[in-house]
Amino acid sequence: MNDMRLTERAVTEKAKMSARKVQVYYGSNHALKDVDVDILDKTVTAFIGPSGCGKSTFLRCLNRMNDTVASARVEGKIEMDGHDIYDTRVDPVQLRAKVGMVFQKPNPFPKSIYDNVAYGPKIHGLTRSKAELDEVVETSLRKAALWNEVKDRLNAPGTGLSGGQQQRLCIARAVATGPEVLLMDEPCSALDPIATAQVEELIDELRSQFSVVIVTHSMQQAARVSQRTAFFHLGYLVEYGETGTIFTNPSDPRTESYITGRIG
Amino acid sequence: MTDVIAGAVPAAKSLIEPDARTRARNAAERRFRMMGIAAILIGLLALVTLLASVLGNGLSAFRQTYIEMAIPLDAAVLDKAGDRDPEKLAKVTTLGYGKLIEASLEQMLADRGVDTKGQTAKQLMGLLSKEAASDLRQMVLAKPDLIGTTVTFPALANGRVDGFFKGRVTMESAARDSNISPEQLEVAVLMKEAGVIKTSVNWAFLTNPDASELRPESAGLGVAILGSAYMMVIVLVLSLPIGVAASIYLEELAPKNRWTDIIEINIANLAAVPSIVFGILALALFINFLGLPQSAPVVGGLVLTLMTLPTIIIATRASLKAVPPSIRDAALGVGASKMQSIFHHVLPLAMPGILTGTILGLARALGESAPLLLIGMVAFVKDYPSSPPEGFFDPASALPVQVYSWTQRADPAFAERASGAIIVLLVFLMTMNALAIVLRRRFERRW
Repeated sequence: MNDMRLTERAVTEKAKMSARKVQVYYGSNHALKDVDVDILDKTVTAFIGPSGCGKSTFLRCLNRMNDTVASARVEGKIEMDGHDIYDTRVDPVQLRAKVGMVFQKPNPFPKSIYDNVAYGPKIHGLTRSKAELDEVVETSLRKAALWNEVKDRLNAPGTGLSGGQQQRLCIARAVATGPEVLLMDEPCSALDPIATAQVEELIDELRSQFSVVIVTHSMQQAARVSQRTAFFHLGYLVEYGETGTIFTNPSDPRTESYITGRIG
Repeated sequence: MTDVIAGAVPAAKSLIEPDARTRARNAAERRFRMMGIAAILIGLLALVTLLASVLGNGLSAFRQTYIEMAIPLDAAVLDKAGDRDPEKLAKVTTLGYGKLIEASLEQMLADRGVDTKGQTAKQLMGLLSKEAASDLRQMVLAKPDLIGTTVTFPALANGRVDGFFKGRVTMESAARDSNISPEQLEVAVLMKEAGVIKTSVNWAFLTNPDASELRPESAGLGVAILGSAYMMVIVLVLSLPIGVAASIYLEELAPKNRWTDIIEINIANLAAVPSIVFGILALALFINFLGLPQSAPVVGGLVLTLMTLPTIIIATRASLKAVPPSIRDAALGVGASKMQSIFHHVLPLAMPGILTGTILGLARALGESAPLLLIGMVAFVKDYPSSPPEGFFDPASALPVQVYSWTQRADPAFAERASGAIIVLLVFLMTMNALAIVLRRRFERRW
């Protein structure tokens, strides 16, 4: 299997989210400068770049998780389906149901597997009956390719699963609220290669239903799973385009240096 | 470069033979280990001394000497009208009952053939507690059907007689004592041999109210335990919700700025304020300004709440901080609101720590005496407070204050009672600490 194999690039050109002139400040530190990105619908977009380049910061702008950081300040415009998500009328709670998130370290709630997945639908009132909720839990676990492994022990604690299973449980939890965009912040960095392969396969399947944005340190991973790639460096978006083009024919010398391993 | 480094490294040494530096290091480690063990031994010694002294002095408070006698409750004396009307029954004073007891005592001693050594009836009555007649009267008033029958009545022995059988009073001390004479004690010894004087478990110590200077044998902790319990209820009901709400706001919701810093420092300072200062505050605010009654559990509960709050807030904030931020992220990430993430995820995980902190705070409040002295809970209270909520406003005592006031009394019998009260207090405190440990184990969850 060729690690640098480039996945099929059949992408729609419809932008699901678009960011224009986004600036992020942490106190007096200007962490993200003039970022313009269009996240396409039903596409996997990868953010790559060296540590501290702002890719996770930008990811957290997309579902307003930066609101929870007291010193963070976001300027510019980020739209989802033409609506500004930083509009004062937008409730970040509703936004986060539409823009799900999976974190670097698997963080299931210390509750049962069932309760982990059912939590989102419950608080958003997405189901009317127990049967409906059961169905949502099952479909979500199936989408996260975890159903067959846990169907007999839905009442077992989610924290008792293996690392890879926990991460897929977190994906199932995010999928359960019916998101339109799924943000993944280095979802495989705490996983072994086999679990990584499973999650990557899963990402490719999820693409048929919604946009996936993934932050990764592994360029091979970006090449394997994404159709679009954005390269961040020192708070700037250096280059953004088709994954194939970025990896084989980058236009910016910094991108080339990073991909070939000269900076990072 | 390499030469310089090589020059700094000392010549190779034997692996078997430790060099001087290693020996010194090991010796330092051994010394520290010894000091640690010595420190622990000193602590243990202090604990053992404390327990030995308290148990040695106080355990005898849980045994009590009684003089058992059969008393015919003559209807002609107690109920002249013969209609068992409680109001008329109450007209017979303790004097009347005293005469009954006196007659029964003489009768019984004669029956059992106990040599009274020429003691007068009055001197024989001196073996009994002054409380005995009152106890008998209470018993009859509570159950008028007894009139006309003969009851077996365990009369409290006088504190000196009780002390004599516990070894506190000797013939020599009795010779100098105006309350008891060696001759009386000799009769008591004969009565013991005849099986008239018995020693049994003193449940009355836990249920009786306080008694006056001359009747240590009937003094008990009933009012103090009730008062302490009432105060603990008030402290728990007020300080847990207020403390947890304040902690959640400060830890999870409040902006981090100069004002919250100032509040934080002040809470830490408040935890270190001497408790007597809280007593002065309570006296000025609750009693003088708000006009709440003195000696009332409600005031005691309020001042102990003020004292417990900082402890609970600090413990709660520490356990909220200990919940990993990834749990908050996870909840917010699926679209939970701040409130939902706190109440569904963070608070349950912090619960063991909060409960432990609360119980330890309560335990500290239970043992606190200084602020209670200032609000008048040191008063002599003979009547039980009524049941809550009115009872919160009735005068009551508290366990640590009862210890304090008993140690002030002249009769050595009260020193024994004070040690007994300390044992009761320690048992309550240990129970609460054990409960804290059990709760922490029970609710502890791994993540």
